[in-house]
Amino acid sequence: MKPLIELQNIGKKFENLTAVQDVNLKIFEGEVFSLLGPNGSGKTTLLRIMAGIEKPTRGEVRFRGAKVDGNNAHKARLATTMVFQKATLFNTTVYKNIAYGLQLRGYPKNETEHKIKEALKTVELEGYEKRQAKKLSGGEQQRVALARALALDTDVLLLDEPTANIDPKNVSIIENVLSLVNKEKGATMVIATHNVFQAETLANRAALLLEGRIVKEGTPQEIFALPSSILANYARLENVFRGASRISAEGTSIIEIGEGMQVEAALQRLGDVTVYVRPEDIILSSQPFQSSARNRFEGRITEVLDMGSVVRLKVDAGKAFMVQITMRSFNEMQLNVSSRVFLAFKASAVQVL
Amino acid sequence: MANEIIDGVIRALQLIFSGDPTVVEISVRSILISGSATMIAFLWSLPVAAVLGLRRFRVRFLAKGFFNAMLGIPTVTLGLVLYLFFSKAGPVGFLRLLYHPAGMIIGQAVLITPIMVSFITNAIESVDQEIKDLAKTLGASEVEASIAVLKESLNGVLLAVTASFNRAIAELGVVLMVGGNIAGFTSVLTTTIALEINRDIELSIALAIILLLIVSALTISINLVQRRRT
Repeated sequence: MKPLIELQNIGKKFENLTAVQDVNLKIFEGEVFSLLGPNGSGKTTLLRIMAGIEKPTRGEVRFRGAKVDGNNAHKARLATTMVFQKATLFNTTVYKNIAYGLQLRGYPKNETEHKIKEALKTVELEGYEKRQAKKLSGGEQQRVALARALALDTDVLLLDEPTANIDPKNVSIIENVLSLVNKEKGATMVIATHNVFQAETLANRAALLLEGRIVKEGTPQEIFALPSSILANYARLENVFRGASRISAEGTSIIEIGEGMQVEAALQRLGDVTVYVRPEDIILSSQPFQSSARNRFEGRITEVLDMGSVVRLKVDAGKAFMVQITMRSFNEMQLNVSSRVFLAFKASAVQVL
Repeated sequence: MANEIIDGVIRALQLIFSGDPTVVEISVRSILISGSATMIAFLWSLPVAAVLGLRRFRVRFLAKGFFNAMLGIPTVTLGLVLYLFFSKAGPVGFLRLLYHPAGMIIGQAVLITPIMVSFITNAIESVDQEIKDLAKTLGASEVEASIAVLKESLNGVLLAVTASFNRAIAELGVVLMVGGNIAGFTSVLTTTIALEINRDIELSIALAIILLLIVSALTISINLVQRRRT
C-alpha cells in the first residue's frame, strides 16, 4: 500500500530550538494516526509541516508519492486541512467561516450551502449558519472549526489537540464526529494529542514523540505496553499507570502502581498491565468521601490549569493524578495550589490499555 | 458679549437651514477635497501597510518608525515644504498645483499618509497570526491568505480611514498655504472659519458647526458599523 503522506528525515529548527529531528513517518489512506506526546514534543510542528504551512529545515515531504516543493505545494495544501488547538475563526458568521474554503475551491453557491448544512449537522450545530462565530462558546467554536474542515472533504484531516481546551460535553461530541467520519467516509486523519483515551479509541496507529523524535511507532496497544516510567513520567501522559495486576476475592483486579498505591479495576487481568483513568472520571472533594467508589486517595494540588469553563488540577497523591472539574466547583471549594483534596473513582472507570 | 455669541449662533443656524449657497459650496468643496485626499492616501498606504504588517524584513522597524514619527508633523511645516515644492521656482512648479484644489488634495494626502500607514499596519499586526495559517490550511494561496488577513483587520482599516479623513478636513496649515483660500475656488471650511472671523462671524460659526457635524457623524457611523461587525 502506498502512503498518502510520507515524511523522510524531517528536521525543523526555530533559531536555536530544535523542534523536530530525524522524523520518518508514513500515513496511509483511511487510517487514523495519532501523534502522542507531551507539550513541546514536536507534535504541532509535524502537523504544520504536513499541512504545508511550515517548511522543514531538513528532509522532504511526499504527498501521494510526489515530493512536495514550490511547484506543487499549493496543490498538496488543497488536499489537506487542519484544525488548530485553539479554535481560530474568521470574525464573521458561521456560514462564511465554513464557506471560505469551499469558495476557494470554486464550489457553486447551492453546493456550498448544501455542504455547510451537512457539516453543521455532523457537528450537531444545525441552524447556526447566521450566528457570529466568535460569539459562540469555546466548545462550539471548535465544532465550527471542525465543520469547516469536514466540509472540504480533503484527503487528509490534520487535528492538533482538537479537544484540549473544551468542556467534556463538547469533547464527547467531537470524539464521536471524528470516529463517525472515519468509519463512514474512510477519512484519513492525523491527530496530535496527549489524551491517551483518544489515542486508544480513535487511532489505528500511533507514534510517541519525545523531544522532537519518534521513540515508538505502532498500534496504540503497542505504545501503551511501554514501561510506565517512559509513559507516565517521561512522556507525562496523564493518569497512565503500569504495574502488576492480581485478581481480588471479589473478582476485580488490584493493580500495584508503585509508591505503595493500588488501583482497583472492574475487570480481570493478571500480570503487567497499563491502566488509564480519564481526568473527568475522577471525583474531587475538599472533604473526606463517604462514597462507595473503590479507589480513594488523599493528596495535594500541585498545579492549576484554567481552561475556561473547566479547570484541570494536578494532584500529588503519591502518584500524580490529573483531575478535571468545572470552574464552578473549583470556585465553590475555594481550591488553590497546595490545598488538601480527596480523590475517588469507580473501579469501572479504570481502563486497561 | 454673550448676546452677540447667541445672536451669531442663531444667524449661523439660519444660514445653515436656509441652504446659503456660500455655506453649501464651501462645505461640499471641503468634503470633496478631503475625501479625494483620503482616497488617494488609502490607495498608496494600503500596499505599504500590507507589506509592513505581513512581511518580516530587515528595515521594517526603521520604516515603521519613520511613519510613526511623521504622525505628529506640524501642518504648517508640511504646508511650507509643499509651498516651496509647488511654487513656480520649485521642483514641480511646472504642474501649477499652487493655489489649486489639486495641490490641496495632494498636500492633505501626504499629511494623512503616516496616520493611514501606521493605523493599518497596527490593525494587520493585531490580527491573530494564525489567521494566515488558517487561510492556507483551507486552501488559500499566499496572496489569498494575505487578503484574508486584510479582511480580518477591516475594523482597524475603517478606523484608519475615518481618523485620516477627520485629520484632513480639520487641518488648516496645508490648505491655507497651498490653497490660499481663494473664494469660490480653494476656500474650504477651516480656511474660511479662520479668515472670516473678523469679517463674517456668522459664516465662521455656521461652518464650524458644519465641520463638527461632519466629523461627529462620520465617527458615529463608523462606530456603528464596527459594532455590527463584532
